[in-house]
Amino acid sequence: MFNTTEIRQDFPILRQQTHGKPLTYLDSTASSQKPQCVIDAMNDFYCHYNANVHRGIYQISEQASAAYENARKKIGRFINAHSWREVIFTRNATESINLVAYSWGLTNLKAGDVIITTEMEHHANLVPWQQVAARTGAQVKYIPVNEQGQLDLAMFDQWLTPSVKLVAITHMSNVLGVIPPVEEIITKAHSIGALFLLDGAQSVPHMPVDVQALACDFLAFSSHKMLGPTGLGVLWARQDILTAMPPFMTGGDMIKQVTLSGCTWNDLPWKFEAGTPAIAEAIGLGVAVDYLSKLGMTNVRQHEIEMTGYALERLSQVEGIHIYGPFDPQLRGGAISFTLGDIHPHDVAAVLDGEGIAVRAGHHCAMPIHDKFGLPATTRASFYVYNLPEEIDRLVIGLDKTRELLGK
Amino acid sequence: MDDFYRENILDHYRHPRHAGKLANPTHSHEEHNPLCGDVLRIDLHINEGQVIDDVAFSGKGCAISQASASMLTEMIIGKTTDQAKQIGKEDILEALGIEIGPVRLKCALLSLKTLKMGLYGLSEADWQKDDETW
Ligand SMILES: Cc1ncc(COP(=O)(O)O)c(C=O)c1O
Repeated sequence: MFNTTEIRQDFPILRQQTHGKPLTYLDSTASSQKPQCVIDAMNDFYCHYNANVHRGIYQISEQASAAYENARKKIGRFINAHSWREVIFTRNATESINLVAYSWGLTNLKAGDVIITTEMEHHANLVPWQQVAARTGAQVKYIPVNEQGQLDLAMFDQWLTPSVKLVAITHMSNVLGVIPPVEEIITKAHSIGALFLLDGAQSVPHMPVDVQALACDFLAFSSHKMLGPTGLGVLWARQDILTAMPPFMTGGDMIKQVTLSGCTWNDLPWKFEAGTPAIAEAIGLGVAVDYLSKLGMTNVRQHEIEMTGYALERLSQVEGIHIYGPFDPQLRGGAISFTLGDIHPHDVAAVLDGEGIAVRAGHHCAMPIHDKFGLPATTRASFYVYNLPEEIDRLVIGLDKTRELLGK
Repeated sequence: MDDFYRENILDHYRHPRHAGKLANPTHSHEEHNPLCGDVLRIDLHINEGQVIDDVAFSGKGCAISQASASMLTEMIIGKTTDQAKQIGKEDILEALGIEIGPVRLKCALLSLKTLKMGLYGLSEADWQKDDETW
């Protein structure tokens, strides 16, 4: 059974007050809170077996290496990878995408090639492709998106020619909340021989993601959005693709043998992990993944559908509100962006802050889609496993108060 | 928070002074705050005696940026350009009368930045240099 009240007990930060009010944390799309077990696991590493991994011939280093590699296995199983060798630790989803852009992109793209993405991408899945396009002469095309988060797939179909080498799309928009029909897009991308990169920064934390069932080629996500620590991200990719890719960064740990005239690369996944990795963080994410698996990702998704449905219903009654993204909670995750009349989102967020409610205001690292809708910024509320319906009630009261105070 | 949106700020936000545009400005300048999408334009009319005899501001932004722009127009109207040049960041913050965090500071000071860049051709780099010592 999914019991939010019990789950909340596991998150020490949620016991805290802000401005003398209970903390109502509605910004998990930006970063999630951490359960005690994750904090404890990292603490335990530092208190009891802190040592560098992979080369130590002494007990605590061997223990650290085993814990680090064990975390990789848990994370691989969590997304149903074929092998732990396909799981590469990075700093965050952004670095995972950059790894693909610079390693795979610079090697495989040339003038005339096409990369397809969408107008609603996070800058992390947009700027790297623009950079690689500028260096290789490839072209980036953006599938149009409307206010309900629907992609113009007819346009996508028209662009499908053999010059398309990569399709890179988010699995859940951090602005519109929408879950695009990626299965269909992946099948079409493969039909013309393109590879498919899935930006799972929002989906992996919030719903079951199975890389074998999806048949994607690359998946990028961040630890800090899925109950784990900051400073760690994951790139998953098919082993044959990773084997053919050159290293992204070079140095220690990623080589097998170095002479002054050259070197041979280490085996996967270490070929892509130059330097001392984020050991405590990987161990922490391993425990976060255990925690999520115990809740069950289907239950996590179900809770989010219920919360999102309730939020959309309550919020749509607020006077002057305009909500972006789909209205059917089955089609979206729990990131809800909105505007409130003419009131600037910074003012909305500041008044809510005074009520103890943490929401995000701005362009959410997705300027192009805000530009398209003619918006300088939006306010965004988002939910995770620890959020209760009564927190949405507080949000609605806070928005009414904002309107009273600042509505003209 | 009720502190943050104090009566003086709300008053300037709801009833901005010198809102609009001048028909014949001698100086006009627009600045953006790309992070929050605020846009502010200040028009000045400076007479032969180097006195700012008319001012107007227009644009979009949050309550803090709008209120600070409105307050700034009151501060400079009737002043000589030399007097206006003396107005600093502290004066704006004092007029607002609230504690402002680093993010909202950019909103609070957008009007002053617009004035300084428009009136004396201060560059972005000059303005930021000022920021370092802030
Ligand atoms: C859809 C999406 N992609 C990528 C990212 C980038 O994640 P990170 O900043 O952890 O690299 C985010 C974070 O907000 C996101 O929401």
